[in-house]
Amino acid sequence: MTTTTTPAKLLQGWLRRQLLGEAADWLEGQAATLNGAQTDRGFFLAISLVHRRIGKADLDLSAADIAEAETARPGWRPAGWSLDQAARVFLLLMAGGAPAQFAERLEQLFVTADVGELIAFYRGLPLYPDQPRYVERAAEGVRTNMRAVFEAVAHNNPYPVEQFSEHRWNQMVVKALFIGSSLHPIQGLERRWNPDLMRMLCDYAHERWAAGRPVSYELWRGVGPHADGAAIADLARVLDIGGAVERQAAGLALSASSSAEAAAALDGDPGLAAAVRGGDISWDTLAAKHLSPS
Amino acid sequence: MAYIDPHIHMLARTTTDYEAMAAAGIVAIIEPAFWIGQPRTAVGTYIDYLSTLVGFERFRAAQFGIRHYCSIGLNSKEANNERLAEEVMEILPRFLLKEGVVAVGEIGYDEQTPAEDKYFRAQLELAKELNMLVQIHTPHRDKKRGTLRSMEVCLEHKLPPDRVIVDHNNEETVEDVLSRGFWAAFTIYPRTKMGNERMVEIVRQYGSDQIFINSSADWGVSDPLAVPKTAQLMRDRGIAENHIKKVTYDNALEAFAAGGQMKESDWLSPPAIDQRTLFEGNSVLRDGQEPRIDEKRSAKEKMLIE
Repeated sequence: MTTTTTPAKLLQGWLRRQLLGEAADWLEGQAATLNGAQTDRGFFLAISLVHRRIGKADLDLSAADIAEAETARPGWRPAGWSLDQAARVFLLLMAGGAPAQFAERLEQLFVTADVGELIAFYRGLPLYPDQPRYVERAAEGVRTNMRAVFEAVAHNNPYPVEQFSEHRWNQMVVKALFIGSSLHPIQGLERRWNPDLMRMLCDYAHERWAAGRPVSYELWRGVGPHADGAAIADLARVLDIGGAVERQAAGLALSASSSAEAAAALDGDPGLAAAVRGGDISWDTLAAKHLSPS
Repeated sequence: MAYIDPHIHMLARTTTDYEAMAAAGIVAIIEPAFWIGQPRTAVGTYIDYLSTLVGFERFRAAQFGIRHYCSIGLNSKEANNERLAEEVMEILPRFLLKEGVVAVGEIGYDEQTPAEDKYFRAQLELAKELNMLVQIHTPHRDKKRGTLRSMEVCLEHKLPPDRVIVDHNNEETVEDVLSRGFWAAFTIYPRTKMGNERMVEIVRQYGSDQIFINSSADWGVSDPLAVPKTAQLMRDRGIAENHIKKVTYDNALEAFAAGGQMKESDWLSPPAIDQRTLFEGNSVLRDGQEPRIDEKRSAKEKMLIE
């Protein structure tokens, strides 16, 4: 690995390794031809042609590849990408142009994107030049009703934690629960918990309880760090009435609070308290057991 | 029994329809771009409409385990608004190459005006340039002449007949379409197009080569189960199963697969990335369960669309 490794070079290397000669030649030919080209038409057509030329097989990445991605762009996790997604982002990076032109073209692509393109373009967010330009676009991705598109922004993507205001961040986290998605793949959760979000999550839990609907155990993760008296009462209630997973989650949440009240509530279940404080249970172990990999 | 409905406007339909379609065995659908009942006044709304066809509507269908494809084009009614038509022609190429766009369509004639003719021809040229199939809407009025003219213009522009689907046929047009080698699609649509008892007789008379059926269900009084219901009616009236399969599945698949954007494996074994993203949560069709059209169907009359 050299210090000059860039996401575009990594994508190029991975694609070249996996694609048949003709497809790889087409892709690199397009990147070379379009780089610096003044017309948008060829650029738009090339991006749309990718699925026909490249296909949609999974991008095969090793642990070493993932580590290289992390080095080239901290937080970038291309695990679970497909070939067409990688190729589209590669073309964008190679031939999108200078930041202003890049942003304009990308917005044009978004406006007429198909589902697969939407997912690819949002997954590529952390790689685009002049990052703050894309905050509004990313927020639009959070507003979608298409779960896979929402997750392209929210999951395994460093963009929201780096660029979203607290308000936008809170909306995204609550929406993840609301649409039945998961919190665990969201990057930077621990850094961004805040009292407002804690209150929104507790309100949401009450709403679900009132409707007789289940509450995702992950919700409690955002309640613990800033739990006030009412929130600690909610967590104590989960300890009382929750199923096994919910109780473990409530225990973890209580242990994340610095208040004596929370510690006392957790001490009410000595076995759980020991498991939580001893590290036998963590949000990672719960996710590994109870969430499907995304 | 699995069915394809190769012409249906799902944008105007409900999730109840999707559920019923999936339960009845419909595995794949094609949504041609068309008029939305109200004339569009700006290219922006056209862009949003086409984006919905390749975006949200595809996602919606996938939630019910149904594969959604579309055809993209400037319809004949709106071709008469020339200012709009010019702008739409500018943006069409950007949509035609999207994933799952199986044809340029539905295009053709409505009132057979000079403007309709101009944009029909321009889009045939676009289909040639991008090596795409063509899905033709034949007019309601002056149908026979309009159908013949549509085919003549296709041939004039050197489009091979087997890459052109001529839709909304009836007893008066079927022979001309078949004898010229075009695909002949029939729309089972209450009152204005074909009833399905008539369709049974057409298959009895002409067999099942080059022929397939669709619902064209839209915002009007129409039936998204027209394909499975007609299949059942054919079965009840003694049409052989292989003919039924050809007109409700095989032929539509063969006709549209030629464009390279639709293949059986799309719904029998979708790519891993699609299973992870688009098809999660619903496997109505993947359990080999017996499809049903109407659980409480007692009378054969329930299958009739008149």
